[in-house]
Amino acid sequence: MKFGKMKPQRRNRLMIAGLLVGSVGTAVGLALMALNENINLFYSPAQIVQGEAPANTTIRAGGMVLDNSVQRSTTDLRVTFQVSDMQGSDVTMTYVGILPDLFREGQGVIARGQLNDQGVFIAEEVLAKHDENYMPPEIAQTLAENQKKLETDVKGMPL
Amino acid sequence: MIVELGHFSLILALGLAFSLALLPAVGVYQRQPRLMQMAGSLSAGLFVFLLLSFACLAYAFWNDDFSVAYVARNSNSALPLQYKMSAIWGAHEGSFLLWTLIMGGWTLAVSIFSRGLTLDMRARVLAILGALTIGFILFLLLTSNPFDRTLPVFPADGADLNPLLQDFGLIVHPPMLYMGYVGMAVPFAFAIATLTTGRLDAAWARWSRPWTNVAWAFLTVGITLGSWWAYYELGWGGWWFWDAVENASFMPWLIGTALVHSLAVTEKRGVFKSWTVLLAIFAFSFSLLGAFIVRSGVLTSVHAFAVDPERGMFILGFLVLVIGGSLLLYAIKVSGIKSEAGFDWTSRETMVLVNNLLLVTATGAVLLGTLYPLIYEAMTDGKKISVGPPYFNAVFVPLMLLLFAAMAVSPTSRWKKTPIAFFTQQWRPMLASVLIVGALVFFLGSSFSGVVVLVDAMALWIVINLVRDFWSKVANKVQKIPSLFRQSMSYYGMLLGHVGIAVTMIGVCTTVYYTQEKDLRMAPGDVVSLAGYEFRFNEMRKVEGPNYIADQAEIEVLEQGVRQTVLFPEKRFYAASRNVMTEADIDPSLFRDLYVALGEPIGGDAWAVRVHYKPFVRWIWFGGLLIALGGFTTILDRRYRAVKQARQTSAAASVSSNPASSAAV
Repeated sequence: MKFGKMKPQRRNRLMIAGLLVGSVGTAVGLALMALNENINLFYSPAQIVQGEAPANTTIRAGGMVLDNSVQRSTTDLRVTFQVSDMQGSDVTMTYVGILPDLFREGQGVIARGQLNDQGVFIAEEVLAKHDENYMPPEIAQTLAENQKKLETDVKGMPL
Repeated sequence: MIVELGHFSLILALGLAFSLALLPAVGVYQRQPRLMQMAGSLSAGLFVFLLLSFACLAYAFWNDDFSVAYVARNSNSALPLQYKMSAIWGAHEGSFLLWTLIMGGWTLAVSIFSRGLTLDMRARVLAILGALTIGFILFLLLTSNPFDRTLPVFPADGADLNPLLQDFGLIVHPPMLYMGYVGMAVPFAFAIATLTTGRLDAAWARWSRPWTNVAWAFLTVGITLGSWWAYYELGWGGWWFWDAVENASFMPWLIGTALVHSLAVTEKRGVFKSWTVLLAIFAFSFSLLGAFIVRSGVLTSVHAFAVDPERGMFILGFLVLVIGGSLLLYAIKVSGIKSEAGFDWTSRETMVLVNNLLLVTATGAVLLGTLYPLIYEAMTDGKKISVGPPYFNAVFVPLMLLLFAAMAVSPTSRWKKTPIAFFTQQWRPMLASVLIVGALVFFLGSSFSGVVVLVDAMALWIVINLVRDFWSKVANKVQKIPSLFRQSMSYYGMLLGHVGIAVTMIGVCTTVYYTQEKDLRMAPGDVVSLAGYEFRFNEMRKVEGPNYIADQAEIEVLEQGVRQTVLFPEKRFYAASRNVMTEADIDPSLFRDLYVALGEPIGGDAWAVRVHYKPFVRWIWFGGLLIALGGFTTILDRRYRAVKQARQTSAAASVSSNPASSAAV
């Protein structure tokens, strides 16, 4: 049966189904392609120190900003600071720009950027936690795991 | 005592919500008009007790009752009164009480303004709204009670409202947004009620439409205000971040937009009925999904409330129940629905179908990007990722360009069948738009960008077609002024809404491509030039606010040596919460904003300073408000009132002659 001679209702249904499959297919294709290019994996300071994180690829990293680790340039907006999992793994980060208001030593931050070949994290974006009650889930989990380890370590110690 | 009264009236409201969900439904089932009629007074009672409960919480804030845990966490005696009042919805518990109160408000509004409905239909709709309210109140009472006390030991003063929220934005943004979110429950209730009767007729679309348009318009206002607030308050000049929580409000908006259009076709042409019902179900489901995303803390977001897995589980359970239940009902009942008319593939019906497909696809893409971190974590055993704005832009923008093309031709195409010549002649307005925009870009001496020309030309194409259509409807008539009034308010609403989209498009595109910004180190006396303006950092001084002290910079803006304005950006320190906050200062105007924000002090008397030149950024929100105005305008349409009156008389007649007839299922 020719397309033009079909019953209008059936033809419409076919057309709708075609549109649906076509647009959803295109969209899913586009979306998956875009997703592959634009996901940023999160690495904890320990993973970075152990060399698990790839260099020169955009990733995210986070932890607590160590006390007395923030150093500012006197000529431009460059800032260098240490981010730690409070378990002995520290990563040096540098950022050029204006830090968020809630960026402080002893507070959690998440940064998006790339590790260079020297193992320094060059941040393109730094996010600090938004209010006192809130902590990015990634950091909360890392810290909680470390806390657990710490507790079991303490329990295992001879008193 | 007052606080316990608030808690108690919330419990009473729960009882009334149960009654509202059950009694009218039993009335429908047993065909007892008296039970069905109780829906009205139950709705009123429900609203009154919710309002009382809300007023009691307001009283606790007004009275600085820090023995209430929620007040102690979110207020402070030094907080200015307007922020004490808006602090009621400044955090999770109180904001959900506002949500529930608004739900009560919509329920009451339906009971008042739907007297034209048949008694049976009205009882069904209100019972469904009552059932949803049960879920909301239970959620409050079981997981998020704002009336919990911290007795016997309570703090002498409150921990203060988050300084970011001490702003006009908090006063207006959440109430508007919630009006939209919760308002989507009304078309949902109409859809479910109609499914239970098994009669999907044009009358259903006509009842549902004004409610949908209003809820959608509120959602538009809420999102627009949120974007504007983020722009001036967060201090980095962004107005949309593709943040999980923004997406949470954007998805119901996209589905709502599809619903608004599909309902129009269902009302006018009697087609797409089952599809429209599905959209109504999904619009509300996405509202609930939004509540889940915001309040469960499963996704990293700048907006997230304090995390509590129990709350997340409750909403998830509710979500599954609502979506599962309504889709099951849909699956059982939908096969009986028949279209009343056919249409050709060149018809306006097809154009709206294209609109719907694109909007739903866009929603799917946003949903995928928003939830992908969760999916990825589950699939890869705990690997954490984030999906950035590049993903959303890459998927969303092409879909929107297609949508805009459909939008340009759709309002002037014909129902049932449009002559092919109409489409082939579109090259004329298209070419005119491209030439005009190209010439503008050229003469204004802006750097050339293909995307800007494309998007702005599409916006102009949309407007040209609307103007031509309006012209043909009014100017060609002999009596021009009367013909102005002869157009329906729905038509004017459509004009406003579509022009609003065009305005927003121009704003977004121009801002994105022509913004100039500099982050730099400045000390008093330093000058920086940007986009033809000179910003001179004159001095720093201390200023004192009601509950903060601030470092304030004086930055003078000059254009070709002539002083244009002086900006006073601040860095505020809020003593109660020990929080530091940036307060940007903006010189707004129709064609450009000058935006200055302070970073932090960086040694000596130097400060980090952020300076932006943002052309056309106001157009983004101005367009948003036009879109919302369009939505509100449509409900003034005479048709809805005329129909209501006609229904009222006929319904009254049928009830008086035979009480059971209207209840027949």
